[in-house]
Amino acid sequence: MPIQYYIILSMVIFCIGIAGVLTRRNTIIIFMCIELMLNAVNLLLVAFSKMHYAASLNAPNHATVGSEGQLFVFFIMVVAAAEVSVGLAIIVMMFRNTHSVDANFLNRLKN
Amino acid sequence: MKTLLAIIVLLPFCGFLLNGLFRKHGTYKSVARLACTTILSSFIASAIVFGMLSQGTTAETVKYFDFINTDSIKIPFAFQIDHLSAMFLLIITGIGFLIHLYSSAYMKDEEPQHFARYFAYLNLFIFSMLLLVLGANYIIMFIGWEGVGLCSYLLIGFWFKNDNFNYAAKKAFIMNRIGDLGFLLAIFWLIARLGNANYADVFANVHNLSQTDITAITLLLFVGAMGKSAQIPLYTWLPDAMAGPTPVSALIHAATMVTAGIYMIARSNVLYSAAEFTQHIVAIVGLTTALFSATIAIKQNDIKKVLAYSTVSQLGYMFLGLGVGAYTGAVFHVMTHAFFKALLFLGAGSVIHAMHHEQDIRKMGGLKKYLPITHITFLLGCIAISGIPPFSGFFSKDEILAAAYEKNPVYWGLGVAGAAMTAFYMFRLYATTFLGKFRGTQDQEHHLHESPAAMTIPLIVLAVLSVIGGFVGVPEVLGGKHLLGEYLSTVIVPEPHHALAHNTEYMLMGISVAVATIAILFAVSQYSKKPQLEDATGLGKVLENKWYVDELYNTIIVNPLNALGGFFKNIVEKSGIDGFVNGIGRFVNYLSRQIRLVQSGQVGGYILMMVVSVVIILFIWIHDGEIYKFLVTKLF
Repeated sequence: MPIQYYIILSMVIFCIGIAGVLTRRNTIIIFMCIELMLNAVNLLLVAFSKMHYAASLNAPNHATVGSEGQLFVFFIMVVAAAEVSVGLAIIVMMFRNTHSVDANFLNRLKN
Repeated sequence: MKTLLAIIVLLPFCGFLLNGLFRKHGTYKSVARLACTTILSSFIASAIVFGMLSQGTTAETVKYFDFINTDSIKIPFAFQIDHLSAMFLLIITGIGFLIHLYSSAYMKDEEPQHFARYFAYLNLFIFSMLLLVLGANYIIMFIGWEGVGLCSYLLIGFWFKNDNFNYAAKKAFIMNRIGDLGFLLAIFWLIARLGNANYADVFANVHNLSQTDITAITLLLFVGAMGKSAQIPLYTWLPDAMAGPTPVSALIHAATMVTAGIYMIARSNVLYSAAEFTQHIVAIVGLTTALFSATIAIKQNDIKKVLAYSTVSQLGYMFLGLGVGAYTGAVFHVMTHAFFKALLFLGAGSVIHAMHHEQDIRKMGGLKKYLPITHITFLLGCIAISGIPPFSGFFSKDEILAAAYEKNPVYWGLGVAGAAMTAFYMFRLYATTFLGKFRGTQDQEHHLHESPAAMTIPLIVLAVLSVIGGFVGVPEVLGGKHLLGEYLSTVIVPEPHHALAHNTEYMLMGISVAVATIAILFAVSQYSKKPQLEDATGLGKVLENKWYVDELYNTIIVNPLNALGGFFKNIVEKSGIDGFVNGIGRFVNYLSRQIRLVQSGQVGGYILMMVVSVVIILFIWIHDGEIYKFLVTKLF
């Protein structure tokens, strides 16, 4: 499968993420959209890694290209999981304080 | 001689320092005693110097230290003692001492602190004047010149709680500053042309100056003299200077300050003799002032104002003398005028003292029997100033008038007319004040009393001097010897005289004396019996209001200047400079208020901005080459 499909899919997912972040006010949805963007990048990383590996097998000088990109993705997922737990904790605390998950209530930085 | 001169000058200065610094600790007695002693000692030292000079000691210049010492200009701090300055020393310290003595009684009503302040200023005044006449170059003279200006300001505004007095003080100071500018420019001009301002060097090098230079320098010096000696157009400060205590007026009018201009021109007689054009100007200005202020004096009702305008008028005569080359006559008139004007002012002070600070002659009258000593001395002063022989004023005025006749008979005619007016207004003053019936309140009449001895003694001394003072300059035609002229001949180069025929001279004297006598008789008959002075009408009103000169100056100079100042204050300063500075502040304020709105606290807004910025940065990053090329080709 040509790499373009993966790229287009990633871009679509990423843009959906951006659009969601910009337009929605529910913090949980915003959070999910951020995850979407993150995973769109993850997907792209895996796709490029696979592409380079396949290309190196056909190369005449047998330059070995490892699967570091795919390994990287696991690390990102671990960190993302930690980040999700922190983010969800923030959202829970916010709900306790304001009885709402609306991002527009978080305007204390104003002035 | 060096120490003697230093003592003469420094003693009054010490008196000033002691009385000024410890003014809160002195008693009336200690303050007055200190001030009078310093001046008296100065006077004695001056008399010794004067004696030495008349015994044949030659004039000399003593240098104390270098005042200004640069590569191109050297100004020594030096005193020059010669016959002219010795004579002025005597006048200043002698009359100054009498005025100090008089003040010690006159100013008794002041608080001790202000009493001491008064004497401190008085001593500083004498000090400045001594510096002025002793300086051996124009720079030192200028220091004294400014010093007397300062002291007159301080003393005219002595009662500083009264705003009008403060205005009078400011007026005197500003008028003087206008003149000072002329003097200063003349000094600069001299230094630029000759490299220094020492009298000896300047007078020795007069022939090196071009005619234009001499004319310009003498004219500028004369502008300085106009300010200090109250000549048209800078005379208006002197009548207003009456705001100060009466002895101060006596000091300003007789011994110090106004004589400075005469002294300066007499000192520079070598320069003036070389500038014929300036001499004409000096004579004309002097004569105009003499007549103009005499007309004003005729209609004044304030006892001090009459005397003030008479001073302006007499100064005009002195300038006429200087202008026609009769330097000795002018200096002679300075001397006799110092005697009788100090006498008249102190007499007026005595009257004012007796009348409890009433100065309006319409409320006086018949004071003859209450103030016998003041009356007699005042009468002698009036006769002296009117030019009746053998009183002092006659000789000096006659000398000036004779010299004026030689130059131009018209000068003489106008001068005699002025002399008649002088006699008239002086005797109008005398008659309304001392003759007739008392016109004041019962209460005032009850309190009338002769002044204490400290005030009458100076009056008597001055009266004697006014009577006999003229005999040092008896003209040759009356079989006398002009002692003063001989004395001053080392300093003032006698002009080539084509002496008048004796008959002419007798005639001139006769006419002026006759005119003065008629004026006196007319004034006495007119004013001695009048119960009340009627209000002036017509020309009299114009004269009473001093030809509206003050109003004229206000309209053409003061008000436009005020308006200009107001314009700069309200328009240029407020909306221009303040507007610009505040505008910058307001602009920054406005800008930050607008930018602050970006920080709305809306998370969505922040994110949107972040995304937009990222897109822009990416765009620039990717297309940096094209953007660079676009900028280079299109913009430069």
